[in-house]
Amino acid sequence: MLKITELTGGYGDKTIVKGVSFEVPKGKMLGILGPNGSGKSTMMKLISGVLPAKSGMVEIEGRAISEFGAKELAKKMAVLPQLHAHAFAHTVRETVSLGRYPHQSGWFASWSHEDEAAVAEALRLMDIQQYEHTPIDQLSGGEQQRVFVAQALAQNAKILLLDEPTNHLDINHQRELLDTIKRQAIEKDLTIISIFHDINLASMYCDQLLLLDKGHVMRIGEPHEVVREQDIERVYQARVSNHPHPELPKPQITLLPGVERPRSASAIRAEDFSISAEMVLYESDVPLKTVSSAVINAGAGWYRTFINRHVDMDYNIDDSLSEMTRFIEERGFKPTDTVGMMTAIKTEHVIIKEFPSSFGSVVIAVTAGVGNAVDVSKAIERPLGVGTINTWILVNGALSDEAFIQAMITATEAKTKALHQEGVKDPLTGTIATGTSTDSCLVAATQQGAILPYAGPITELGGLIGSGVYQCTIEAIALYRKAKMQ
Amino acid sequence: MSKKVIAYFVSLFLLGGAVVLGVTVGTVSISPVVIWNPASDEGAANILWNIRMPRVVLAGLVGAALAIAGAAFQGLLKNPLADPYTLGVSSGASVGAVMTLFFGISIPFLGIYTLPVMSMLGALVTMLAVMAFAKLVDKAMKMETVILTGIIFSSFLGSLISLMIALTGEELRQIIGWLLGSVSMRGWPFVQMALPFILIGSFILWLNRRELNAMLFGEERAQHLGVDVKKRKMMILVSGSVLTGAAVAVSGTIGFVGLVVPHMVRLVWGSDHRHVLPLSFINGAALLIVCDLVSRTIISPTELPIGVITAFIGAPVFAFIFFRQRKGVA
Repeated sequence: MLKITELTGGYGDKTIVKGVSFEVPKGKMLGILGPNGSGKSTMMKLISGVLPAKSGMVEIEGRAISEFGAKELAKKMAVLPQLHAHAFAHTVRETVSLGRYPHQSGWFASWSHEDEAAVAEALRLMDIQQYEHTPIDQLSGGEQQRVFVAQALAQNAKILLLDEPTNHLDINHQRELLDTIKRQAIEKDLTIISIFHDINLASMYCDQLLLLDKGHVMRIGEPHEVVREQDIERVYQARVSNHPHPELPKPQITLLPGVERPRSASAIRAEDFSISAEMVLYESDVPLKTVSSAVINAGAGWYRTFINRHVDMDYNIDDSLSEMTRFIEERGFKPTDTVGMMTAIKTEHVIIKEFPSSFGSVVIAVTAGVGNAVDVSKAIERPLGVGTINTWILVNGALSDEAFIQAMITATEAKTKALHQEGVKDPLTGTIATGTSTDSCLVAATQQGAILPYAGPITELGGLIGSGVYQCTIEAIALYRKAKMQ
Repeated sequence: MSKKVIAYFVSLFLLGGAVVLGVTVGTVSISPVVIWNPASDEGAANILWNIRMPRVVLAGLVGAALAIAGAAFQGLLKNPLADPYTLGVSSGASVGAVMTLFFGISIPFLGIYTLPVMSMLGALVTMLAVMAFAKLVDKAMKMETVILTGIIFSSFLGSLISLMIALTGEELRQIIGWLLGSVSMRGWPFVQMALPFILIGSFILWLNRRELNAMLFGEERAQHLGVDVKKRKMMILVSGSVLTGAAVAVSGTIGFVGLVVPHMVRLVWGSDHRHVLPLSFINGAALLIVCDLVSRTIISPTELPIGVITAFIGAPVFAFIFFRQRKGVA
């Protein structure tokens, strides 16, 4: 549909876009990324023809744009500009109606039904009918942006060039606008080229991305080929981290700050845990990166307060989430900054140990109630009661994502081994238990100090976790049994 | 009835009223009946048709030309303060006219049209020079830059005119009166001299009404919308200069009409050029007819130059627009 070959151009003697070639097939959306000054807007001007190219070609359906007349080109290609201030304000309708300019001809240029229908549809799609007779200078930046998108849509062109269409829009309007454009693209088979500032939005909506660096194409391809840490970091000169979109197979990036946060001298120490009748509490000075299967704030996140709360055996677990949130608030903690677990074990039966190592230390805390121990290989055969072995592994070090997962695996294996060693049996099957029905595990790290990329048994960290969890679990089970005996 | 129909109805009504007042009020009061029944008072009819009517028609044409040219310049430059006078185009036209008189230029075949054609050339050359210079100074062509450039050119051209006047000696008084702007004692030949240019110029501007709408969003945007910007811009500049030249050739420099009228029209009926242009044309005519009426009756029997009246109204409006733009847009 749109083919660009060795396009070169700029202003005066300055060449800004250098030998850019790419092709956008019909019905596809291409996002253009690049830092400020990389030539994105200049390239758009070259493609739209307002800036004559020094060399190279822009072809629409095999025909060079220089062969098109102004009106003829406007019927093929609509352009969304960046916003400007206006000395005189047209009303919204007048503005959108201008999109029909290339479709009108003759001295009197009568307004046809087709013109009217296109304008009405554009107004409706951008949800601006209610402003129809308002002068545009009275609208907010976001509303004005939608008016200009409507103008471009009213042009009914098969190619849309958008220069930062989501400028001035809040996140909901960004989504709405891009959804609408994408839907139009699919319904009407539009070919779209759009400049984006927001890499994540571009990745989410575009079929293809083009990363521009100093006027050259740095990379072009599907989002996963372009949104890569190394390339983005190099081109934008910013530290970023790549991660998956929660719903779509589109990569997203997160900006990392350039300023180093001041290192905190504080480390996790076993003696800093406080134990009261109602909970085992650890409060960290700095937020810890945490992965857990807790009741409150499970999953990954950064938290400062860690609670293992004692509840009675008859605690109603149906409403545990909101009850636990209330509990946290009443104790003066912030539910958004707290990971909370529950156990029927008395808090005094917690085992907390610190294991020194070459990189720092690992603190492990375990409460083990094995009354409802389960052999997981047979678990599917019968209903389960509630039981809890809660295992916390707090590391003074910087863990990679893999290390978090490996730490979980290692801890689970160590726990199972401890149960085996202690001969804890599944009361229903009579076989050796592997855990209880509702065990929780938590791995947290300061993310400061030594970088620990792995936590499998082969590593020092893995070894510490393995033996530490094993020891703590055995001692915790012993305490539990002793308490049961009395 | 739609808002636009009312706009045209009101404007035409104002113009009709202005014409009737213009031909009946004066040192000799004439009954409006004479307009359609000349036989009722032959003497009055003579004054009406041979003295007052050409004057009123000329005032109307000049007002219409300046107003529509002003509206077009404002749209093209996206500058609410632009008009033939503030841009220095009127001065350019004056230089063209004064040169013609001073050197006694007569271009073959043009005959009586030599004067307006020379004015138009003066206007066009000045317009292009002002735009080129303003762009050189400030690529964005900010409102103030353009007007300041207009003032610089106006002053320079004014000095040229003064020089020529000083060198003429005897015809001094006549040219000074003409410079201040007047439509008195011109008669039908002057109407004939200006009419074709004003009609053609206005028509060409009207043909560019939608292009002017598009250009309000900037030349680049207009091109995206399919406007052949280079060609259209030239058409607008040339016809604006034709209108200014024709008006100046018959009436001298009359300021601010091109500023006040389009501003009022936009204020009341919005800035769609499809209507701003014709409505400015009609209301410009009405305004200048009324101004001329005031200029010749206010301190009767002495006549004030009409430019004094328009400046009296126009300068405060100019100040008001400037104030509002500065306070409002920021």
